[in-house]
Amino acid sequence: MNGPGRRLALGVGLIALALVAPLVSPNDYVTGILTRICLYATLALGLNIVVGFAGLLDLGYVAFFGIGSYLFAFLASPHFGIHLPFVLALPIIVGATAIFGILIGAPTLRLRGDYLAIVTLGFGEITYLLLINLDRPPLNITGGPNGIIAIDAPSFAGFVFSRNIEYYYLFLVALLLVLAASARLRDSRIGWAWQAIREDELAARAMGINTTVAKLQAFAIGAAFAGIGGAFLASWQRSVFPDNFLFTESVNILAMVILGGMGNLPGVVLGAALLVAFPEIFRDFQVYRMLVFGLLLMVLMIFRPNGLLSVQARREEEPAAGVVAKEEVEAAP
Amino acid sequence: MDVLHILPQQLVFGLALGTVYGLIALGYTMVYGILFMINFAHGDVFMIGSYLGWGVLMAVINAKISGLHPLWVVPLMLLIAMVGTGLLGAGIERFAYRPLYARGATRLGPLISAVGASLFLQNAVMLGMGARMKVYPTYLLFPRTWRIQVAGVNISVLLLVMIGVAFLMMWGLHLVVQRTTLGRSMRAVAEDREMAAIMGVNVRRVIALTFFLGSALGGGGGVLVGLYYTQIDFFMGYSAGLKAFTAAVLGGIGNIRGAMLGGLVLGIVESLAVTFVNPAFKDVIAFLILIFTLVFRPTGLLGESLPDWEKV
Repeated sequence: MNGPGRRLALGVGLIALALVAPLVSPNDYVTGILTRICLYATLALGLNIVVGFAGLLDLGYVAFFGIGSYLFAFLASPHFGIHLPFVLALPIIVGATAIFGILIGAPTLRLRGDYLAIVTLGFGEITYLLLINLDRPPLNITGGPNGIIAIDAPSFAGFVFSRNIEYYYLFLVALLLVLAASARLRDSRIGWAWQAIREDELAARAMGINTTVAKLQAFAIGAAFAGIGGAFLASWQRSVFPDNFLFTESVNILAMVILGGMGNLPGVVLGAALLVAFPEIFRDFQVYRMLVFGLLLMVLMIFRPNGLLSVQARREEEPAAGVVAKEEVEAAP
Repeated sequence: MDVLHILPQQLVFGLALGTVYGLIALGYTMVYGILFMINFAHGDVFMIGSYLGWGVLMAVINAKISGLHPLWVVPLMLLIAMVGTGLLGAGIERFAYRPLYARGATRLGPLISAVGASLFLQNAVMLGMGARMKVYPTYLLFPRTWRIQVAGVNISVLLLVMIGVAFLMMWGLHLVVQRTTLGRSMRAVAEDREMAAIMGVNVRRVIALTFFLGSALGGGGGVLVGLYYTQIDFFMGYSAGLKAFTAAVLGGIGNIRGAMLGGLVLGIVESLAVTFVNPAFKDVIAFLILIFTLVFRPTGLLGESLPDWEKV
């Protein structure tokens, strides 16, 4: 079997595995972990657009996750007395977080890599500080440290989601859509523009790429994915708290992207799965989790700077396989 | 609330806070000047300096030596904390950063490695020392009655010591950078690493020593903050590091004088924010300053004078 065929078979196999996974899961706890994996893989794919494809190091990605969560809490809870149905709230949140992405992305366009990282980190911190402090009179917006509770569960045509397994399939569908969108984007003109910017911004501009537009697109789409994740978290947890959106969460999601291999879609999903499962499997060693995690980031940067499934490693084999596949397609009647 | 009465007091607090921010900011600025990287773990080095100072103070107290006087206890705390954090900084450079820049890695690599080092240090301290905060028994060194009145402002002697020590260390750094062979080598490496190497400068050694010096200053800042605020915990380096980085950027990163100026401006702005705005939003204001500086004047107040260390 040739390269693309093998990859297709592998993909179908993995999707089939994902579909039956909750059915063979021993208990609800494990199903919950599988659901978390889907949620975090969606988030990681969003950050992958910004960091992996466009090479813009965003250390405040959790801000969009938080904004999406709180927007859903505003739109579907007794907090403001608004109870929009899930299918209506979701597009609003996707649109709104995309706009936030542009708003935060726009001022950072001129900044170099590490400056950009610090500015996005600053935005992330400000978002957290606002979430925790905007509960003061005259208007309680965010509920402060107590968060917002009693958020509506998603429902479609009278069916109300309640069990983990039901959420799992909802999140899995979203993950597959986001994965497909990421793959399409990667191979599209926009995706090429992002990758060109990542490799050499000056050269990309010289080749006629509108780097401003391309970067803003990356920020908007990455933020929109985080918005989806945020809405899911709020509707699954049925509550949101500022402490869901600490800086460590940004690092966590970034580590998923890096661990798997920046820009590599299966790698990012693998990274999310590993980093969600890792603390659960090593629950007894939980106190050492972040210690090992920090060490892992350092060691990884030294020995496998491009992640477990790195773009670099694939590049060496891919052009040949791609050319063969293309010739076959053209040769076929 | 009598603002006019509080204001001078707050300004003095701001000045003290600002000198410490400046002290920590120097570590960021020196490393950035030479390697063009943000040493994300610097805030945690500062935190460890604070813990080392606490350890020395507790050891001295537990040894029940008579004549506990700040005149010898504080220098001892500073010395041990600074040597310890200096070595730690050089160690971080050796194991977390050198393998990356020696290979010519991407810009993201060292930053992610630095985030990893930061998480590692925080959690190592949390596991080793416990998650609960430690308390500096500062009152044993500086009795609360040691205060002086200047123009109606009530200042504790500790605050003056803090400002004095911080300025002394900055002056020391200035002398090292300007008057010594090491300082000249540092300026040369900052200006052009390859050319400096050709001229016989041992670049690796200079980079390691830069980390040592910057980290030692951060560790000294940790001792001062511990003495003044009396409560320290494993997470203190995160926000202090961010503030200090803001100070470095505000003054113009890579510029030593700028780091000091940025620290003072930030400290005073913060104390004004506490006075005139809601204290809950003082960090929001600090981060907004950071963002506005980077977006509108990325070179800072004094400019990014990387090659012009001689101007310091």
